[in-house]
Amino acid sequence: MGIIKTAKLGFDYFKYDEDGNVQEMQRAVDDVNIDIREGEFVAVLGHNGSGKSTLAKHMNALLLPTEGTVWIDGMDTLKEPELWEIRRRAGMVFQNPDNQIIGSIVEEDVGFGPENMGIPTEDIWKRVEESLQKTGMSAYRAHSPNKLSGGQKQRVAIAGVMAMRPKCIVLDEPTAMLDPNGRREVLEAVRQLNKQEKVTVVLITHYMEEVIHADHVYVMDEGHVVLEGTPREIFSQVETLKKYRLDVPQVTLLAYELKKSGVDLPDGILTTEELVNILCQ
Amino acid sequence: MSIELKNVTYTYSPGTAYEIHALKDINLTIPDGQFIGIIGHTGSGKSTLIQHFNALIRPTSGKVLYNGEDVWEEHYNRKNLRSHVGLVFQYPEHQLFESDVLSDVCFGPMNQGLSREEAEEEARKALFQVGFREKNFKKSPFELSGGQKKRVAIAGVLAMNPEILILDEPTAGLDPKGRDDILDQIAELHSVRGITIVLVSHSMEDVAKYVERLIVVNKGELPFDGRPREVFSHYKELEKMGLAAPQITYIMHDLREKGLQVDPGATTVPEAREDILRALREAGSPLLKGGRTK
Repeated sequence: MGIIKTAKLGFDYFKYDEDGNVQEMQRAVDDVNIDIREGEFVAVLGHNGSGKSTLAKHMNALLLPTEGTVWIDGMDTLKEPELWEIRRRAGMVFQNPDNQIIGSIVEEDVGFGPENMGIPTEDIWKRVEESLQKTGMSAYRAHSPNKLSGGQKQRVAIAGVMAMRPKCIVLDEPTAMLDPNGRREVLEAVRQLNKQEKVTVVLITHYMEEVIHADHVYVMDEGHVVLEGTPREIFSQVETLKKYRLDVPQVTLLAYELKKSGVDLPDGILTTEELVNILCQ
Repeated sequence: MSIELKNVTYTYSPGTAYEIHALKDINLTIPDGQFIGIIGHTGSGKSTLIQHFNALIRPTSGKVLYNGEDVWEEHYNRKNLRSHVGLVFQYPEHQLFESDVLSDVCFGPMNQGLSREEAEEEARKALFQVGFREKNFKKSPFELSGGQKKRVAIAGVLAMNPEILILDEPTAGLDPKGRDDILDQIAELHSVRGITIVLVSHSMEDVAKYVERLIVVNKGELPFDGRPREVFSHYKELEKMGLAAPQITYIMHDLREKGLQVDPGATTVPEAREDILRALREAGSPLLKGGRTK
């Protein structure tokens, strides 16, 4: 079993009227079966409302299944005593950096998680230092978070999760509010953590370029996983992705268009380098 | 219908330890009917800049002219100006507040002094223009998806019949299709209604695709102002400013470096496709053999 596994996962949102009676029910996730191996970099794509954030929130038990089961590192999220351990092992980073920073100084913010876990003070500082180093934010240790750029804030948020020494980080559109530089910073930090610290990464994003280095990609639509595979397998299906309101990286689109116009190119070109090498051979 | 900034400087918290020069001696004209993009990293001064366009911010020094008139003159009607120059903030969905979509969009025109019926007519027109369906007019704005909320917020500004529409990252957080839909609709407002559009964006690919003029804001100054292909030819300088060029620009430069004679100025996929095909044909590339060429 992988570090994150779901079996027949289903989740309903309920809408209540003023008297508390169920007025409407909406199935946000339906029959999802995924299995993410430890150390993998996994991306989840899907349009707004496809169910990907709902799925993500199951990965650290912020939501609990209406149907089916979710196991995090072998622990069933429906078994209450394991809840805190699950949240420690699978940390989460959200879209808006301003909503998840609480400390008035960077180091305090990063120390919040381990402090909550009851870690001895000395160890907390050690973890804070390590985590800031891993996200390249050591220089800002004594800064006020509100003076940082969006990308820096997100790296502080990631450091805060790292300080709890999770096995897995789930990032729900962490770059949606950032400028190109901020996007690059955050993505590099995440890739480093995955490669060097062997942290399992689940990245939810609308930016197709961020997905090309993933080990595995899930595409969601109407609560279902409709496609899965390597980035190359996924991005070879330009028309199918369009149907799901998605896109491909610009270089993949260009290669696809060139191929349609008669240039002899393989499917699913993912990087500039690949395309340039083939065209200039 | 032009906006003109003359030697505009803006300083936050002047005279204190937190003094920040957000804009430094800016000279800029926005003539009628252009589709303009503004790019700049977070904190570059672009939000401060656009808030000068409809007099939400008063310059520390310098002048802002609308049709030649100084908008900070004592008797100038700035309220009126703001209905001519509409500003849609980032995360416009946070500004929705009415109980149903139609009422929300009516708020602006009613504030302009229209009756409820007249306002509804404007609201309907505006909602149709952003591609919003009538069956959803009576829904609560809070029931809508992110893309729909953004449309309603844009319609709320459009219903006031602005001559200039400024949008601060209208597509942040939307999926690719939602992104394209909103931008296509904005482009249509520009081409059909002739509205001047100022689009602030973090997506280099989007500005390359849509705008005719691109302004770069960096450290309170405007280092570049020109057609996208001109501006993106400075991609190395842009990178130093925390920006980038569209992926296409990098591809074209790399191809050229490796000996394929393509136009490095191409910034969009269709442009690049045509030019690469041409270059491959001229080079007699074996990749084209037996292929169908346009």
